[in-house]
Amino acid sequence: MSVLRPLDKQPGLNTATILLVGAEDALLQQLADSMLKEDCASELKVHLARSLPLPSNVNRPRIDLIMFVVNLHSKYSLRNVEESLRHVDATFFLGKVGFLATGAGRESHCSVHRNTVVRLARTYRSPLLFCDLEVDGFRAPVAQRLVRMLQICAGHVPGVSALNLLSLLRSSENPALEDL
Amino acid sequence: MDSYDTPGSTPRHSASSRLKDYFIGATPLQKRLESVRKQTSFIPTPPRRKIPQCSQLQEDNDPQKVAFLLHKQWTLYSLTPLYKFSYTNLKEYSRLLSAFIAAEKQKGLAVEVGEDFNIKVTFSTLLGMKGTQRDPEAFLVQILSKSQLPSENREHKVLWTGWFCCIFGDSLLETVSEDFTCVPLFLANGAETNTAIVGTWFQKTFDCYFSPLAINAFNLSWMAAMWTACKMDQYMAATEFLWSVPCSPQSLDISYAIHPEDAKALWDSVHKTPGEVTQEEVDLFMDCLYSHFHRHFKIHLSATRLVRVSTSVASAHTDGKIKVSLNKSS
Repeated sequence: MSVLRPLDKQPGLNTATILLVGAEDALLQQLADSMLKEDCASELKVHLARSLPLPSNVNRPRIDLIMFVVNLHSKYSLRNVEESLRHVDATFFLGKVGFLATGAGRESHCSVHRNTVVRLARTYRSPLLFCDLEVDGFRAPVAQRLVRMLQICAGHVPGVSALNLLSLLRSSENPALEDL
Repeated sequence: MDSYDTPGSTPRHSASSRLKDYFIGATPLQKRLESVRKQTSFIPTPPRRKIPQCSQLQEDNDPQKVAFLLHKQWTLYSLTPLYKFSYTNLKEYSRLLSAFIAAEKQKGLAVEVGEDFNIKVTFSTLLGMKGTQRDPEAFLVQILSKSQLPSENREHKVLWTGWFCCIFGDSLLETVSEDFTCVPLFLANGAETNTAIVGTWFQKTFDCYFSPLAINAFNLSWMAAMWTACKMDQYMAATEFLWSVPCSPQSLDISYAIHPEDAKALWDSVHKTPGEVTQEEVDLFMDCLYSHFHRHFKIHLSATRLVRVSTSVASAHTDGKIKVSLNKSS
């Protein structure tokens, strides 16, 4: 059973790789395209996967950031993400994992309550972003944000590390929630 | 009308409690903002819903009085609080609304050939349609047609029915000020044109706003679980679910019907705490149905959207249409 580990490979020169995991191929593809359109000093590589574990016979670069995409309209996508989380090593959760919830805008279509995803992100101590990936105007800022996060996780931003970023993101939320 | 609040209290951030002390005489708007912030800034423990053991409806005896509400399809709307609505002026309101409807119909906005323009509007209170004592009384509006025929028994045919109610609206009632009556749920049965006319009159007279209430898949699965949980002596209809599969060009509908006793047996095996329904139990109930379906048809129902739930007790559609089929005594 292959488990993803953050430091088991050598980093590529000026390369930053993100892995997007989610059940909805179309949404992931659109997000990947938006990210690649962004201006970035590093070379960006975006990998898409429906679920983990990843096939072991492929030669892939070191993964710097994993984003799990949950569609609030589909319970299946939530279950898929929960299953995939088991194939990620614990050390990845030190700032190199994030959750993205899409579909909160259309409340009438939601099968998953947003608090379920919030609780999931809390359990894994990782940041959660909400974004309607289907809407172009909302997707572009999130893509920008992800590119910035990716650069930090790949170590391309001097003075800020992934763990540093994680603690910055956490301190802006209500401290009472830390007890959960 | 309940939300996902925990019954217990949460640890308050020191800054926000200082802020509260500063605003001693908090206006209703501030109270409203505070309660909205409270709801969004903490995560509740798995939502639980208590099954009300004894509702006001049973206490105010006569189930016959509300029997006319059964077996009708109601379209749901959500309503903002009514300004300066008084339960003592109901006769006045019926007069004003009749005049308004007559005027609208004569304007030609709702012209129906052969329709009798002699209509009568009645406003009446529905006793007992509330969750707690604090809830405002529910009231009913009916549009009746006065028969033109000079016959002995002048039967008033009911053309349109609508009723307003507030059930367990505690979290809303806290933030509403004196002049407002909070009846957030409006149910309408009858022609769409009449609903629109009545809606316009209410919006003009009481400065409120109607918006159609959609029921999302999450809430429909809760309804399915809670209605299946009802103990019944005999079952009238099968328990049916309808899912909509988003695919182009036309969406596909999947209908799944279960024998009601099997559904009840499944629920009983999942249900642990008496008198309370938890999120985990609802999820488990639905997951059992999904996995059974997957085993036979290899389709993941959890990736589709639940659109309609129908049990012997009641049925609900995502567009905001419900029908209550049974008047339960237990």
